[in-house]
Amino acid sequence: MESHDGEWSLNELQKLEGHTDRVWSVAWNPATGVAGVPPVLASCSGDKTVRVWEQNPSSSSWFCKAVLDETHTRTVRSCAWSPSGKLLATGSFDATTAIWENVGGDFECVSTLEGHENEVKSVCWNASGSLLATCGRDRSVWIWEVLPGNEFECASVLQGHTQDVKMVQWHPTMDILFSCSYDNTVKIWAEDGDDDWHCVQTLNEANGGHTSTVWALSFNPAGDKVVTCSDDLTIKIWGTDSRKMMSGDGYVPWNHLCTLSGYHDRTIFSVHWSREGIIASGAADDAVRFFVESKDGSVDGPSYKMILRNEKAHDMDVNSVRWSPGENRFLASASDDGTVKIWELVPVI
Amino acid sequence: MTLGLINANPVVHAKKERVARSEDPHADDAVDPLEIYDHVRDIRDPEHPYSLEQLSVLSEESITVDEKLGRILIMFTPTIQHCSMVTVIGLCLREKLKDCFPPHFKVDIKVAPGSHADEESVNKQLNDKERVAAALENPNLRQLVDECLYSSEL
Repeated sequence: MESHDGEWSLNELQKLEGHTDRVWSVAWNPATGVAGVPPVLASCSGDKTVRVWEQNPSSSSWFCKAVLDETHTRTVRSCAWSPSGKLLATGSFDATTAIWENVGGDFECVSTLEGHENEVKSVCWNASGSLLATCGRDRSVWIWEVLPGNEFECASVLQGHTQDVKMVQWHPTMDILFSCSYDNTVKIWAEDGDDDWHCVQTLNEANGGHTSTVWALSFNPAGDKVVTCSDDLTIKIWGTDSRKMMSGDGYVPWNHLCTLSGYHDRTIFSVHWSREGIIASGAADDAVRFFVESKDGSVDGPSYKMILRNEKAHDMDVNSVRWSPGENRFLASASDDGTVKIWELVPVI
Repeated sequence: MTLGLINANPVVHAKKERVARSEDPHADDAVDPLEIYDHVRDIRDPEHPYSLEQLSVLSEESITVDEKLGRILIMFTPTIQHCSMVTVIGLCLREKLKDCFPPHFKVDIKVAPGSHADEESVNKQLNDKERVAAALENPNLRQLVDECLYSSEL
């Protein structure tokens, strides 16, 4: 948990240009940025390509290492590295999910997952890399099993959302899947031990949930809290009893803890919770904001405060914000302006 | 015969006289609602061989601009309450206007209050930029939008 009580500043380290259309998402390769391995980042775009960027250790500047093209035939909306960093999954409006492998410096598409009826909106690997989840405008969530030889088998097709599903995210330690949707809800999916996946909880307006499209969600490092963001201009924090959850004694529900409203006046597209507990948000007002838990929390629950707002982070909507996995406070952001930016959040002494 | 059209007999109005707008070289960054209106008034309705202006779907009052906040609001009035072409009209408006103002401007498109049976749900769809982007990549919708934007001068 960050201990700096004073001011913060967001320094722009570099602007990555190259995409010829809006950039929708960024993803840091989790096996990089540590132990002397230079950090690697993937970005995906309306230009139908994915770009892989790497930081040059001696100059500290970022360069484009690869362009993954001629595969998706429409916008690439989402990208996610497997936990080992060896595979990259990309979800596209062309209704497919492509799996890429770095083969001697070149990225090759080693598998294509078909099944969604229309646009795929999000892809996410579980913590062990044994499962991949995808979701899309067809209202369904798919769970794929990762088999040897880059084979993928559909394990389950989850129906339940009544509208377009915007994002899927696996819990950081358990095989529990969260999805959020244009239907204003967040759904939680778990397996009953018999390979049977079903919806175990829905976070809707009745339980303190959002009143418009939920665009994204992110877990805190401990996995006992989740932050969601929405077109309703709020960010909400939810929590669960982690001890009960770990004891594996049946399903433990998630409850609404806190709503952050009045900070955003346009749709919030992305939220990401850092290792240290700093929540970054990216919104349609071109700004990036940062929130931390406030020490003034009452017995009723935690409260959060905004520690920084960078108003003109980009020239247009910010679609995605992602903290680097390394031991630093680097943040990547993606925008409608066609660029990716690398930032560092620094305490001002 | 106009068979199968949702609104077979729309009310058609005369085109409003065009006022020549002065070319002010210092007003590059200023966004003039009337200029925006000029860009969209001649968009052809998806169903009828008339412009959105002629069908009173759009008028000068449809456009409001907040220069300070960088916001543009377009309110249009579909010809009938159950018009299913509202999303197409929204797509046409966005596509036509996409390069018409500085990039930081935000455009919100809504149906005029009370003008559509599914007002809330239509407004939500019209302003979900991911849905808009995906729709414009759909070849069938794209073709329809292009026809509305580029059909010859009426």
